[in-house]
Amino acid sequence: MALQSLDIAARSATTTPSPSARQGFEVAKLIDISKCIGCKACQVACMEWNDLRDEVGINHGVYDNPMDLTDQSWTVMRFSEVEPNGHLEWLIRKDGCMHCADPGCLKACPAPGAIVKYGNGIVDFNQENCIGCGYCITGCPFNIPRIAQKDGKAYKCTLCSDRVAVGLEPACVKTCPTGAITYGAKDDMVNHAAMRVRDLNERGFAQAGLYDPPGVGGTHVMYVLQHADQPGLYANLPQDPQIDPLVSVWKGITKPLAIAAFAAVSLAGLFHYITKGPNEVSKETEKEVE
Amino acid sequence: MQRDPRDLIRYTPSERLNHWIVGISFILLGLSGLALFHPAFWPFTLLFGGGTWTRIIHPYLGVLMALAYVIMLIRFTRLNLMTATDWQWIRRVREMVDGDDHNMPEQGKYNGGQKILFWLLFWCMLLLILSGIPLWRTWFSFPVEWVRLAAVIHSGSAAVMIGLIMVHVYAAIWTKGTIRAMWYGTVTRAWAKQHHRAWYKEATKEG
Repeated sequence: MALQSLDIAARSATTTPSPSARQGFEVAKLIDISKCIGCKACQVACMEWNDLRDEVGINHGVYDNPMDLTDQSWTVMRFSEVEPNGHLEWLIRKDGCMHCADPGCLKACPAPGAIVKYGNGIVDFNQENCIGCGYCITGCPFNIPRIAQKDGKAYKCTLCSDRVAVGLEPACVKTCPTGAITYGAKDDMVNHAAMRVRDLNERGFAQAGLYDPPGVGGTHVMYVLQHADQPGLYANLPQDPQIDPLVSVWKGITKPLAIAAFAAVSLAGLFHYITKGPNEVSKETEKEVE
Repeated sequence: MQRDPRDLIRYTPSERLNHWIVGISFILLGLSGLALFHPAFWPFTLLFGGGTWTRIIHPYLGVLMALAYVIMLIRFTRLNLMTATDWQWIRRVREMVDGDDHNMPEQGKYNGGQKILFWLLFWCMLLLILSGIPLWRTWFSFPVEWVRLAAVIHSGSAAVMIGLIMVHVYAAIWTKGTIRAMWYGTVTRAWAKQHHRAWYKEATKEG
């Protein structure tokens, strides 16, 4: 972490620049949904590398297991059976943190340094600074962070920032048996995706495309979608995700406005007192009541 | 200030206690809330044992304040209903602020300004309590759209309320002889006659 700490692009609840001397490049994980077979090896690899063990649940009659992200399950496969062109398609999306270039969690977080964005684009939670307020959940356009019952801290995919820091690929990437998950420089991943999209176009998926939503400045986890025009097919992947305007108001204009108001009221009081003087009982009234 | 047996009782001990429970919880809520509102106020978390404790304590203080406030509301609402005289007072407030109270209409226990403040604070409290519930993730779980709206309402109404309380405190400092009413309950007859003449007449009525 010592060297990573020299490569901070943004830090929660911090108004001055963070250490950013190191020069890096943006990385990205590309998830090609057309190649995913839903084996959940990525879920297992994530648990194994991060030493996480979710509670053993019950079978809900669907492939999704666990049913949702938790503080112990930082990635889950979401299975959707849809008929976009009149015939059945089984779309399997690996859900987890998208590592937004403009992270809503970081914007919302009130605890200095609890959320950082590294120069390489990874958005990471530093749980030792987390106070457990859940504002990250409020700020996230993808509904990703989860607060643990055990310690009241927020958790999510780290994009294996610890592995990446020493030149390894994320655990899910390493384990993926079909090559559906690839990892590298963001530029390379965008190029790779373009190649995959061309291939899908040729195979009849005219609307295939890359999911790198500009509303959040792009993401460092991207999808190749067979139906890029309908991301909602993929277990409600948002069409045009962005930091909610309410979050922007709450974390934007409200802050300077409130501080200016406090300052104005305090100064108005002071100047009023020293220009008009105190409002004292007049001598006449005092005499009258005696 | 000398205490005179002829002084008028403005607040009973239980009213004072009620006011200060609300007041102290307001100060603690304001400090802990500001700490979570803007990084400039983050150091206030040290007063509460760190960021996590600040986050834990804040809503419980909110419950305490809400309960004490409801009792205060029951006690003082009737005295704060606006009358025609209060609106006359409001129309002349500029003269009052200028330090000239000669033309101000006679006021009862509370003047028009105090009553307006009472009702503004009422709306702030209502919004703060209602919007605080979805933000309390320890006990409640609401749709995220609600939580986002609640966050805006909570911080906005809190900022307005802090401003209003600053005015409230300043008014008490500016008007000499006022603060003692909340410390030990009495004001001088001269104070009452000057600032709340109708109340003075009622309180000094023989018989």
